[in-house]
Amino acid sequence: MNSNILSLDKISKKYGEKTVLKPLTLDIASGECITVFGPNGAGKSTLLKLLSQQTKPSSGAILYKGSKIKDLKEAYRAKLGVISHQPFLYEGLSAFENLQFYASLYGVDNPARRASELLTRVEMNKRMHDPVRTYSRGMLQRTSIARALLQNPEIIFLDEPYTGLDRHASHVLTGILKEQIEQKTTILLVTHDLSLGYSLASRLLIMSKGEMAYWGEKTVADSDFEGFYLSMVDNG
Amino acid sequence: MLKSKLFFVIDVLAIVMIPVALWFAFFYAPLELRMGAIQKIFYFHVASAWVGFAALFVTFVCSIIFLIKRNHFSDDLAAASAGIGLLFCTVVLMTGPLWARPTWGVWWTWDPRLTTTLILWFIYAGYVFLRKFIDDPDKRGKYCAVLGIIGFFDVPIVFLSIRFWRTIHPNVVQSGGGGLHPDMRTAMFVALGAFTLLYISLANKRVRLAKLEREYYTAE
Amino acid sequence: MAKNNILKDTIAIIRKDVMLEFHTREVISSMLVFALLVVVVFSFIFEPGEHEQQRIAGGVYWMALVFSGLLGLGKSMLSETSGGNLEALLLTPTSRNAIFLGKVFSNLIFMFALQAVMLPLFVILYEVNLLSDPMMLAVIAATTYGFVLLGTLFSLIASRTRTREIMLPLLLLPVLVPILLAAIQATNAMVAMSPLEDYIKWIRLIVVFDIIFTAISLVVFDPVVEE
Repeated sequence: MNSNILSLDKISKKYGEKTVLKPLTLDIASGECITVFGPNGAGKSTLLKLLSQQTKPSSGAILYKGSKIKDLKEAYRAKLGVISHQPFLYEGLSAFENLQFYASLYGVDNPARRASELLTRVEMNKRMHDPVRTYSRGMLQRTSIARALLQNPEIIFLDEPYTGLDRHASHVLTGILKEQIEQKTTILLVTHDLSLGYSLASRLLIMSKGEMAYWGEKTVADSDFEGFYLSMVDNG
Repeated sequence: MLKSKLFFVIDVLAIVMIPVALWFAFFYAPLELRMGAIQKIFYFHVASAWVGFAALFVTFVCSIIFLIKRNHFSDDLAAASAGIGLLFCTVVLMTGPLWARPTWGVWWTWDPRLTTTLILWFIYAGYVFLRKFIDDPDKRGKYCAVLGIIGFFDVPIVFLSIRFWRTIHPNVVQSGGGGLHPDMRTAMFVALGAFTLLYISLANKRVRLAKLEREYYTAE
Repeated sequence: MAKNNILKDTIAIIRKDVMLEFHTREVISSMLVFALLVVVVFSFIFEPGEHEQQRIAGGVYWMALVFSGLLGLGKSMLSETSGGNLEALLLTPTSRNAIFLGKVFSNLIFMFALQAVMLPLFVILYEVNLLSDPMMLAVIAATTYGFVLLGTLFSLIASRTRTREIMLPLLLLPVLVPILLAAIQATNAMVAMSPLEDYIKWIRLIVVFDIIFTAISLVVFDPVVEE
């Protein structure tokens, strides 16, 4: 029980009368990389929103190391890094200024040093003082990856981070994810990229129609996963 | 079952009471000497104003309940009440000039009560538009609740500010009847009762309609 | 990790907004040009050489400010909603109140910067010295604060509707009636050189409005931003 960093206790979400997530219970151990698969509308993004406290569950509770995140609030949010398909950056500011601003909100010591350190890590050091609006899509994504790592998060949520990424950015992202997995950061990755998601995962969550269709270890060979996934989604 | 019976009784009472209020206004209450027959509009003008402002209070209370509890009923009732409030404010704003023209010689005056009703009308209109332009029911409820709460605190300040500015409205109730004939007072309270019943009956129908609509759109 | 506090985070958000404005120069410059345009167009109401304009100078000044302020508020909220920055702000450990106050005070700074340029120009164009009475500064400060306070709250609400440009004035203007009326009356009284006791009630009204709605805004902002 103690090794579980996150526990979902029968959480569900309704918008109005429409149920987007049926009661879901599962435990995530510290240092795991969970990949979440599922067709559109399966409730994946809702799950991440609930976990990142962007929305409240209609029922049930989420526990972080045994305490309800509802009570932890700020202390819990400080542990999270979130990468979404939105850049989370101010267009008129430079990458450096953006990161410096967010670092100060996360209470990072010496925000300027941390910002340039991470921008170098994502290979943005040459352009980091130009306004974000002049960046290509790939550069934007690399900057937003750096942004999510500012406070050295204990848990990282990624919501379809590979959508629209160029080769360079996607290479940088995979490199960073592998690095974070080695550092025992807990990762929840929502993706449509079956082979990449499968290879990174320590455990899998497959969702369909707001319900868990499969939850557990990798049981099939990489090459057979697509068939396995499709059978799960159809049955679910 | 009991609830639907109760509302059926209220519906019937509202239908009966409106003609009764008309009878009281036109046959029971004496003719006002100075203003003449036009004064008869007063009973419905005041009753509409009462409902128009009371509806804001209902919206306000329901808005607070919605922000705390997030239940559909409070949002539905807040919305129903604001919609009916808009309707009755419109009645006030139409009957007011009809009365003001022969009495004060102008269609409109910037007097505190009239102007406050006009501002309240704008707040209700904003509320109704806001509901129309947000699709997500949860967000819609939340934002409208905020407007309902702010509007409720704003209206007394509006009234105060306009009173600082100017006033010529007759003070009917505040000065202990203010020379109003006892029979006129009776007729006024009958009209108030009739319009309150009408408000409850309409609000109940709108809440039920909102519930049916939601069930229809969320049915699988 | 350093502790978060409301003051530090509020300042960080203000600093970010001022920096953003310094780089792009979009909000204040467009507000200023629009405010001047309103002032000029309003002046066509009067016959040249008449002194009528002194009597309603307060009204023109505040209308110009409100209309250009509506533009500025919309634009300032746009920088938060585009690119998902508001979402990102909510994900940080920052308190919701720091986010709200940060936005209110950066909007306040923009409105003060606008008025620093507009006031002298207004004096030239209307031959009315609005600052002849030092109490005018109190009226400007309290009214502008009340305007941006509810303006920030409603611009956030309006930004999430399908028709954000029209929703902001539709929601905001009726609610602002008391302080706009008060500000105009107080300004006119000062232009007419009336003594303080003639218009102190208006200043009190604005202050009461500010206090009531500061409290309400801080309470309701949390449910407004939460998805």
